[in-house]
Amino acid sequence: MKDTADRIAQPWGDRVPYGRHETWPARVDTFLADGVEPEAVQQWVQSASILHSDGDAMDIAVADGRMVGVRGRDVDRVNRGRLGPKDLFGWQANGSRDRLTRPLVRRDGRLEETDWDTAMNLVAARSRELLDERGPGSIGFYTTGQLFLEEYYTLTVLARAGIGTNHLDGNTRLCTSTAAEALKETFGCDGQPGSYDDFDHADVVALFGHNIAETQPVQWMRLLDRMEGTDPPRLLCVDPRTTRVARHAAVHLAPRGGTNVALLNALLHETIRHDRIDRDFIDAHTVGFEELAERVADCTPKWAAEICDVPAARIEEAAELVGTTDALVSTVLQGVYQSHQATAAAVQINNLHLIRGMLGRPGAGLLQMNGQPTAQNTRECGANGDLPGFRNWQNDSHVADLAKVWNVEPETIPHYAPPTHAMQMYRYAEQGSIRMLWISGTNPAVSLPELSRIRSILTQNRLFTVVQDLFLTETAQLADVVLPAATWGEKTGALTNADRTVHLSEKAVEPPGEAKPDLDIFLDYARRMDFRDKDGGPLITWDDPESAFEAWKRCSAGRPCDYTGLSYAKLRDTSGVQWPCDEESPEGTARLYTDGISWAHPDLCESYGKDLETGASQEAVEYRSLNPDGKAMLKAAAYRPPHEEPDEEHPFQLTTGRTIYHFHTRTKTGRAPQLRDAAPDVWVEISTADADRLGLGEGDLVDVTSKRGSLRGRLRVTGIRPGLLFVPFHYGYWDTEDGSGPGPDTPGRAANETTVTDWDPASKQPLFKTATAGLTLVERGDGSASPAPTTAASAPAAPGVATPTAGGPAAHTTQTPTEFPHGREEGAQ
Amino acid sequence: MNGITLTLRTLHRGERHLAHDLVSVAERHRTEHEVHHVATDLAVWSREHVRRLAEVAAHHDVRLGDPPDHSSDGVLATLRKQASEAVVHRPEPGLLLLHDLRELHIAAAENSLHWEMLAQAAQASRDSELLGLASACHPRTLRQMRWTNTMIKNLSPQILNSL
Repeated sequence: MKDTADRIAQPWGDRVPYGRHETWPARVDTFLADGVEPEAVQQWVQSASILHSDGDAMDIAVADGRMVGVRGRDVDRVNRGRLGPKDLFGWQANGSRDRLTRPLVRRDGRLEETDWDTAMNLVAARSRELLDERGPGSIGFYTTGQLFLEEYYTLTVLARAGIGTNHLDGNTRLCTSTAAEALKETFGCDGQPGSYDDFDHADVVALFGHNIAETQPVQWMRLLDRMEGTDPPRLLCVDPRTTRVARHAAVHLAPRGGTNVALLNALLHETIRHDRIDRDFIDAHTVGFEELAERVADCTPKWAAEICDVPAARIEEAAELVGTTDALVSTVLQGVYQSHQATAAAVQINNLHLIRGMLGRPGAGLLQMNGQPTAQNTRECGANGDLPGFRNWQNDSHVADLAKVWNVEPETIPHYAPPTHAMQMYRYAEQGSIRMLWISGTNPAVSLPELSRIRSILTQNRLFTVVQDLFLTETAQLADVVLPAATWGEKTGALTNADRTVHLSEKAVEPPGEAKPDLDIFLDYARRMDFRDKDGGPLITWDDPESAFEAWKRCSAGRPCDYTGLSYAKLRDTSGVQWPCDEESPEGTARLYTDGISWAHPDLCESYGKDLETGASQEAVEYRSLNPDGKAMLKAAAYRPPHEEPDEEHPFQLTTGRTIYHFHTRTKTGRAPQLRDAAPDVWVEISTADADRLGLGEGDLVDVTSKRGSLRGRLRVTGIRPGLLFVPFHYGYWDTEDGSGPGPDTPGRAANETTVTDWDPASKQPLFKTATAGLTLVERGDGSASPAPTTAASAPAAPGVATPTAGGPAAHTTQTPTEFPHGREEGAQ
Repeated sequence: MNGITLTLRTLHRGERHLAHDLVSVAERHRTEHEVHHVATDLAVWSREHVRRLAEVAAHHDVRLGDPPDHSSDGVLATLRKQASEAVVHRPEPGLLLLHDLRELHIAAAENSLHWEMLAQAAQASRDSELLGLASACHPRTLRQMRWTNTMIKNLSPQILNSL
């Protein structure tokens, strides 16, 4: 291993091979700003990444009150010192000159600087007016997956019990709601069953619509390290692009968009037909096997091959891979979650694990992934269209219990219907029943589907929009009030990753100007609104991150996500700990369901379930008769074709997605030079076959047009499946002439100009992977390549057409292999 | 005509109507995206019920027609769609939506009762084909009802409190 690596050119750094059942060794990655020597660092401040869901633990280097770099924490169970490119370089965005430093309010159509008092009084006054005139249902909150636990919990209490509105959801609706829903459908309750440690023990790792190399690059390093060690894992990759995962896979399936359920039903069919099932596990822990077997009885590989446009023989090979191994880990992400029939498909992967008995032991793990760093907290704190602590809104005793924690009457907490999901909130805003929308830490004017519609909603005069962010994002430019927020490294809070690992992220430096932590903004609002509990005391009794964390612990007590065994002191002392962490498991819990299904009992479950195809809610009485003993539920689903199929005008399927160098709408990563330059602009991926057929080539400028709108980008010819176009969704308009959207001088640039307003009826997650589009040539390329990176899934099919992506000396990062100090790794047996 | 063929006819008519009404509601509420998409999907079930009813009825020497042709009232469909888009920023169509969902629910409930009758008659007359038909189709009718009920439950608090 070299001492340093260009981590733009080599996003995953060098290998530290290890064998199956061995402990993954540490490798400490350190990046310091140009000219900063390690000795110059005065303080290392504990934190974890907020640029993906992996939870990479790191220390922030501070010198003279400024951030000057980062170093991976070798003691942490998740990343063992490693950092991905976004972790290494993304922090530089904190110091951007265009950070918001003062509140802004709209006067005579223009946003003008003001002081906090004026801005917050305006927000509070408008809230009170609306409460008086139109009631709590006229106010909505749209938050994110990028704040801290303490902030979500505070927001939840003030929205649900203070305002009393049912309209609180996160942009986690776009990234993780299917993971939550699929777990609720199968296990009765949210909660990630598996652990990242399962990767150390797996024989087969099946990645369904999960480009882990780019979305959780550090866990990909783990798999790469294992693939170079003894007894390496075999990979199954289901992805329409030739991702890095696909290149390493034993079997790669690239199905037609929107056909996941057909493919998965065929895998289940084969598993049952060959009797590769664990009958004892099925009998002991599940209900519904007979119906599932009947429903997939006709779903042969040959049948699925027609629908998915994948050879039947490949499906049989995939089925053999997942069906015959003794240790299967499956991971699932946006290829499943943002597709047509999202929950139905994700649930079939749960089913595969249940009928094979692959649950709750090392190497037999199920990971329904998250997209964002703190999406798990949005979910557990009840800021994601659920009640806090995975309580069931349909269960009066759960609501009463929550009311007791908050010292309010149960009627104070809206629970007459499920908490409103984000897509419905935007509809209410569109038809005028929501009149105030408070958007924190997210950028819907780029990230929601069908952007022309979203812009038309956000620019309505009658809608009072508050935007709380670091920068004047596309969304902030359309707001009535803009609140400058502090971010990671400038405030303290806890965050929980996709495998339930809780980290503490501490304040390292002061925020710029008058920017404030999101928690302080919410607390300020609560004070101005004077929210009270049922005895007339303040509804919100905490005033800083640690007291908010302690309040959350009381809310989580006895729930699946029990935090009562944690404290700031403990998180400082031990680095990441997996919940539940309570008296019984003071060191945390590696895996759920090691001893049966624990939260599916009718009295305990978070949800009574939904019809996977219509989204209709089940009632308690139905749930009780289906699942009286609280077992895992095997739910079958029939394949349905997507709503939008290619036609003459729109002959391509269109999918959107990510690159390793950017996060979300690039508000941070677009301001970190190494990341910005690695993927500087939008591009369009097309297959070699389609490019040849249409006479198009690398670098040609094209318009991608759907029924909703269009975008313009340069072509990259790749190994993507024929008939499919791919566009990264990160690019918006803040760094263009027109600022917040396309204009006279700015053609469409955001992928979501083209996407459809349609969502999975069960999880309400919008469809970003199944639209159709036409492609037209605008002008021939001038010989230079498309701005797409060459290092990962967007690598050109013909090597040599593009200069390899590299960061040069500015991206040099030190990497130092070392022992993982905790030899006693949980789950290693 | 015996009672079974009478019920087959009634149910055939009921499913035809429901298929048609689901599509009409989907078009009329195009800007209510979930209603639009799910109603369109649910119409497919009713159309399939119509086809299967016609097949079984033929064995009882009763000729029943095909499902309604979705594209036959293209002009009306376009009008409904445009009308929906014209009032995208108005709250009042919410009341119409609740009305339409209620009508769909009642139509599905009527079909459900007829499926129940048909299944009972099939058992009594030991007509396994008929029983198979009812067992295959009736659950979907119940799911149509659950969907309309869920949508009414979820949407009415906001719609009725914002007028």
